[in-house]
Amino acid sequence: MIVAIVVIAGLAALFGLALGFAAVRFRTEGDPVVDRIDELLPQTQCGQCSFAGCRPYAEAIAAGEADINRCPPGGEATIRALADLLERDPKPLDPDSGEAKPRTVAVIDEPACIGCTLCIQACPVDAILGAGKQMHTVIAGECTGCELCVAPCPVDCITMVAEPVTVRTWKWPNPLEAAQAAEQE
Amino acid sequence: MSRVRLWRFHGGLKLDSRTTRPAAEPIGTVPLPSRLVLPLVQHVGQPAEPVVAAGARVLKGQPIARPSGYIGAKVHASSSGTVVGIEDHPVPHPSGLSAPCIVIETDGRDEPWAGYEPLTAFGELGANALRARVRAAGVVGLGGAAFPTAVKLGAGSGMKLLILNGAECEPYICCDEVLLRERAGEVVTGAQILMQALEIARCCVAIEDDKPTARRALEAALAAAGETRIEVVSVPAIYPEGGERQLIKVLTGEEVPARGLPPDIGYLCQNVGTAAAVARAVVRGEPLLSRIVTVTGDGVARPRNLEVRLGTPVAALIKACGGYTERAAHLLMGGAMMGFPLADDSVPVVKGTNCIVVASRDEIRPRAPARPCIRCGECAEVCPAQLLPQQLYWHARSGELDRLDRQHLFDCIECGCCDVACPSHLPLTQYFRYAKTELWARDRDRERSDLARERFEARRDRIEAEQETRRRRLEEKTRAAELARGDENARKAMIEAALERVQARRDRPKGDGQGPDR
Repeated sequence: MIVAIVVIAGLAALFGLALGFAAVRFRTEGDPVVDRIDELLPQTQCGQCSFAGCRPYAEAIAAGEADINRCPPGGEATIRALADLLERDPKPLDPDSGEAKPRTVAVIDEPACIGCTLCIQACPVDAILGAGKQMHTVIAGECTGCELCVAPCPVDCITMVAEPVTVRTWKWPNPLEAAQAAEQE
Repeated sequence: MSRVRLWRFHGGLKLDSRTTRPAAEPIGTVPLPSRLVLPLVQHVGQPAEPVVAAGARVLKGQPIARPSGYIGAKVHASSSGTVVGIEDHPVPHPSGLSAPCIVIETDGRDEPWAGYEPLTAFGELGANALRARVRAAGVVGLGGAAFPTAVKLGAGSGMKLLILNGAECEPYICCDEVLLRERAGEVVTGAQILMQALEIARCCVAIEDDKPTARRALEAALAAAGETRIEVVSVPAIYPEGGERQLIKVLTGEEVPARGLPPDIGYLCQNVGTAAAVARAVVRGEPLLSRIVTVTGDGVARPRNLEVRLGTPVAALIKACGGYTERAAHLLMGGAMMGFPLADDSVPVVKGTNCIVVASRDEIRPRAPARPCIRCGECAEVCPAQLLPQQLYWHARSGELDRLDRQHLFDCIECGCCDVACPSHLPLTQYFRYAKTELWARDRDRERSDLARERFEARRDRIEAEQETRRRRLEEKTRAAELARGDENARKAMIEAALERVQARRDRPKGDGQGPDR
């Protein structure tokens, strides 16, 4: 009886020490779960999820403070990927966050721009170029389509336009959709 | 030395070649069209950059666009005339979309540009000089893929064998067959140049066994040139033998690894048409201005092969073949298996255009309605890439695109054998094409989101640093004010210093040293 207690207690102490050592020795910087969630988010930085960017949203998801269905730019694909990663059930997009829509790019009507720099301050990825009382322009390749620059503009010279499909970005249609459409007719 | 042993690649189909009518005719010509439309992307790689502006007069053979990256190709004016615009124009692509093109209004004089210096004594030139010429001439693979030839020649020396691909296995296409029949000498010269450029000692030309005249012509040209390093090999006509991986397997028994390229195992494959273009570029100093195109099908009056200037609209080719017949129903670019439908005949012929098919309703019948997959495995039997099409199909259908990469979707050459074999008439190749473009789009999205993350984090760090500096400056000021309290002299000194700063700012000339507002 005594021997058993001693052996078990000894083993417990040994494992405790080993685990304690590992926790100190193999400590990881940052939270890998947050990184992996952030990896799946579209990085639009639009804030429609009510957080100040994709990374803060990823942190909130990891902490269990936010649900996985609040990213309209990512849409269903992102929700599914997050559900897979976190082993939860996918759910439809939260209508409070907004609607999923195709990617757009901000375009400044340059003659109308008064050079107020408000859009530059609003842009989360520094994709607008310009200076005070100088015309501003959007670096299209770096714009994420977050629409955050549209509201601050005092002269309403920013519009969101759909990205044109080119020979390089064109996709073959999904034959399944074509088949389903044919069936419905 | 004669090769006895040939291997067999996995799968494939025996197809009716349907080339009897066009192959019987000599190579024809197309009258100079009034407008030439030359797309900036006629090759694999980065789009070319125009080096002429609208309104410029150009001569036949003059370079009008230069490559913008390592993988790229020059574009040359295929006749003399005036550049009327650099604008979007429908291009031959399955999407039917427009892309930037240089449009030339021809003057009918075909005035030649000074051209490149002919290098007739190519036997004395080094690999670099030959490669540079091939690059200057804008030569790309003419078998259909349009990969820049000079880049392929950069694979280095020390390879075992140069393979010239004359195995046109796809139904309807016979441009290589007539090229070998009529211009075998050019192909032989091209082969010699390629061997010189790659420092390869051996070459073999693969021709399908149902093309005896092409083979005889080539053998005669080899005998005339006294060339013994080049060997002609008859290969059995099985589709898709003209695929580079399949041909290498047939000739050598070796397999090119997945995600690898033929040079990895010591082989280099070039189309026979490319060899002829290389010969012209080196020996005559001619850039790639034209190519041979098969125009065929029941929908044209006189199916034949034509020597076509690049940029000529497809409509002009049809006219040169006697126009459409009343049976014309489908217009395809490429062969019956891998070609794609064209929305109309205004699109231009580009470097990769090997065939135009105008098919009747009997030649291309509508697909029977698809039925569920019965897991029979016929598709895997015929797949020349040794994939499992039914498995790929299930994943593509259920949207599990991540799994497709693991099933080697990108080894699929879209030959269409599985479509033909499938007893349920499933459009398998369609699913694979869809999945490939979808996966590429995801890769592009990922690249963009990585860029956005980087920029977002850089901005956040910058703002935090700015706030930190501001806070620290404020703190210092407060501390200085605290210290100065009660000490009349220090207080006075502080006020003096502040006044001096203001004065200095006033004295500074206006507009100098002003930074951006924020």
